Amino acid sequence: MVKELPVIYFQASACTGCAVSMLNTASPTIKNVLIDQIAPVVHINLKFHPVVMAAAGELAIGVMEDTAKRQKGEYVLVVDGAVPTADGGVYGAVGERSGKPVTMKQRVEELAKDALAVIAMGTCASFGGIPAATPNPTGCLSVQQFFTAKGINKPLINIPGCPPHPDWFVGTVAGIILNGLPKRGELDDFLRPRAYYGKLIHENCPRRAYFDEGKFAKKFGEDGCLYELGCKGPITHADCPLRKWNSGTNWVIGCGAPCNGCTQPEFPDETAPFYEKLVDVDLPVVGAYWANKGVNHG
Amino acid sequence: MAKIVIDPVTRIEGHLKIECTVENGVVKDAWATGNLFRGLELILKGRDPRDAQIIAQRICGVCPQSHGIAATLNLDSAFGIADKIPDNGRIIRNLIHGAHVVQDNILHFYHLAALDYVNVADVAKYSGNDSQLNSVKDFIQRGALEPFLPRYEGDYRLPPEVNQQCVAHYVKALEIRRVGHEAVSIFSGKIPHSVGVVPGGVTSTPTVDNIMAYIWKIKILQDFVNSVYIPDVLAVAKAYGDYASIGVGCKNLLSYGGYDQDGKSPDYAIRERLFKQGTVGADLKPAPLDMSKITEQVRHSWYEDASSNLHPSHGDTRPQYGKSGAYSWAKAPRYDGKVYEVGPLARVAVTYAKGDPKMKELVDGSLKELKAPPAVLFSVLGRHLARALSAKFTVDSLEAWALSLKPGEPAYVEYQLPEEAAGMGIIEGSRGALGHWIEIKNGKIHSYQAVVPTTWNVSPMDDKGQHGPIEKALIGTKVKDEKNPFEVVRIVRSFDPCIACAVHFVTPKGRDIGQYRVV
Repeated sequence: MVKELPVIYFQASACTGCAVSMLNTASPTIKNVLIDQIAPVVHINLKFHPVVMAAAGELAIGVMEDTAKRQKGEYVLVVDGAVPTADGGVYGAVGERSGKPVTMKQRVEELAKDALAVIAMGTCASFGGIPAATPNPTGCLSVQQFFTAKGINKPLINIPGCPPHPDWFVGTVAGIILNGLPKRGELDDFLRPRAYYGKLIHENCPRRAYFDEGKFAKKFGEDGCLYELGCKGPITHADCPLRKWNSGTNWVIGCGAPCNGCTQPEFPDETAPFYEKLVDVDLPVVGAYWANKGVNHG
Repeated sequence: MAKIVIDPVTRIEGHLKIECTVENGVVKDAWATGNLFRGLELILKGRDPRDAQIIAQRICGVCPQSHGIAATLNLDSAFGIADKIPDNGRIIRNLIHGAHVVQDNILHFYHLAALDYVNVADVAKYSGNDSQLNSVKDFIQRGALEPFLPRYEGDYRLPPEVNQQCVAHYVKALEIRRVGHEAVSIFSGKIPHSVGVVPGGVTSTPTVDNIMAYIWKIKILQDFVNSVYIPDVLAVAKAYGDYASIGVGCKNLLSYGGYDQDGKSPDYAIRERLFKQGTVGADLKPAPLDMSKITEQVRHSWYEDASSNLHPSHGDTRPQYGKSGAYSWAKAPRYDGKVYEVGPLARVAVTYAKGDPKMKELVDGSLKELKAPPAVLFSVLGRHLARALSAKFTVDSLEAWALSLKPGEPAYVEYQLPEEAAGMGIIEGSRGALGHWIEIKNGKIHSYQAVVPTTWNVSPMDDKGQHGPIEKALIGTKVKDEKNPFEVVRIVRSFDPCIACAVHFVTPKGRDIGQYRVV
């Protein structure tokens, strides 16, 4: 008998980049994720996903609400996007109830309450990200901030990245299936799985040797470390240099562009200007910035 | 009078609600509501202008590359270097954008639209040896059928073996579109939200190695477009022939043109492009593009009326949720005061009407196969066909462009950041005419405005009460079964709406952001 793991993928204040990135998963493929047994005798039953599901309107909302009601405590809720809360949440609504729009914040609260666990997909859901950037016009909160405000206490895993690498998400879900919810120490202080976010970009960067010898590119297209062109690799936690993107084809620094720090809680306000040199990193001691902030990333 | 409310419309990008009133089985009136506002223009204000390229991509994760390039052309023009981009930079931008748009077109047909026409359940009857189809059959037999069920029922017309083949192609297309993104990342680092395109050119440099890697990924896309995508669109068209006259719409089409063929003119509206700039009406007679004719109207949008009917470069719009008579976060862009549809149909029709020989061959050839006159282009099927032909027209160009790159020569030119400047960037994004405008003061972004393809298509009524293109396409449609309104969702999805794009750009001038409170 195949065990079905129900998953609700809810989009709040999002751009759909996270959902598209998930489609790019190479091994397993997205077809393996949706159709096949992702691990022996376990199938991910994707109940609700607005970008791929056949149903629309009430039919779609019905499936979502029904899952939350009938499979209490059994489903994983994935929230993609930040939660708009200003002005009663009028800036984002999904579906109707008795002819009235239901705000995203109401939906997230209802769905989170009865979930087994919640995954915040992407930097907007994890930390607020782009819609919460100054001046945060729609009062967007990260899922964690929203839970704190509402007193919701649910196991939460952040998978930041704008968007996240599909492996980070698929691997985290596979971890839940194979080993249960993450144990103490498996997540960092920002609730990111250390398996993917444990090291700085800078630690594994192929241009690191240039940095150490002080050879810096002065314009795009030149050899050298991209630090002076604005690279945020020295403060950004992710395994991009090792994993690479789009089926391992390339990555940001691989095409000669500076990292913009998109997996960090500081993205985008404090990792911008994106093409200006970082100001407050105590070089060349990697990680000093974080040590000063009292954060242990290792 | 019956009312159909579809909220959310799924298998599109973003949050869209469609409401229709139905009388005697015919749509009497229709309203499209964009259901998310993010205010990215407010977020862009005061930032380093160069950062617009990174942040504007986050308007939409389905078509980030289109926004990235529109933003970059906008910055090039503001920085006074629109005509100084090295050929390598111009060509690599085309390669990045082309691969992205072709994969997006494939994604739309197979993964967003096809489930309205293809009966996945027929795979249960499959008895062959294809391991992919047999795994789908296993999935169906296990019985937990989301996200492919539930769905609207009662109008699946393809024979079982064609349905089975289309499901196999759905699965194959997942792989093919991923390869399209791999091709993008060769020159642009990663995607969604890539990094290779910057004002002045691109960050990557052409090498024989990355040119060859790109070409052979493109050949995979090209083969799929020619041998699978276009034949499948024609197969659906033959089985659903009535959709050649359903969802006709406003019959005015607008294209900004796409893929710069030379960078000599600083004026994007007249620059030589693969897809041509201009407009056509029902007679398919082309007219030149005049950017000064564009205004945005807000009588029926949740913004203050005082800001209506302004050109995007001078937009002044303030949110006012709950305004009487308003029903959407989307504004209503109009061209010369009239309703215009944008998208692959528009760029294909304008390029065809302007007499491009290859486009004539493609369009006339397909119409001949369908035994149909050009008028059928204005329909649900016409939009799907045009999207497939747009993909072919693009993908067939990419290899030659890649081979024209010159390794060892620059792909980037340096520039001075101006203290005061204004710019405009226009292209054909995946979903049609995409324009970005910027005003720079004291070296920072003073205002940023984007009028995006879906804002045109999903627009609500304008100041004169004229419905937007999708609303117009819905009104008058016969709905056979109000409980299963296939006609409505097929019409809406034929436009490939992208709501994240449509509803979060307003200019920030004079807006008091202090009035918001965080609950």
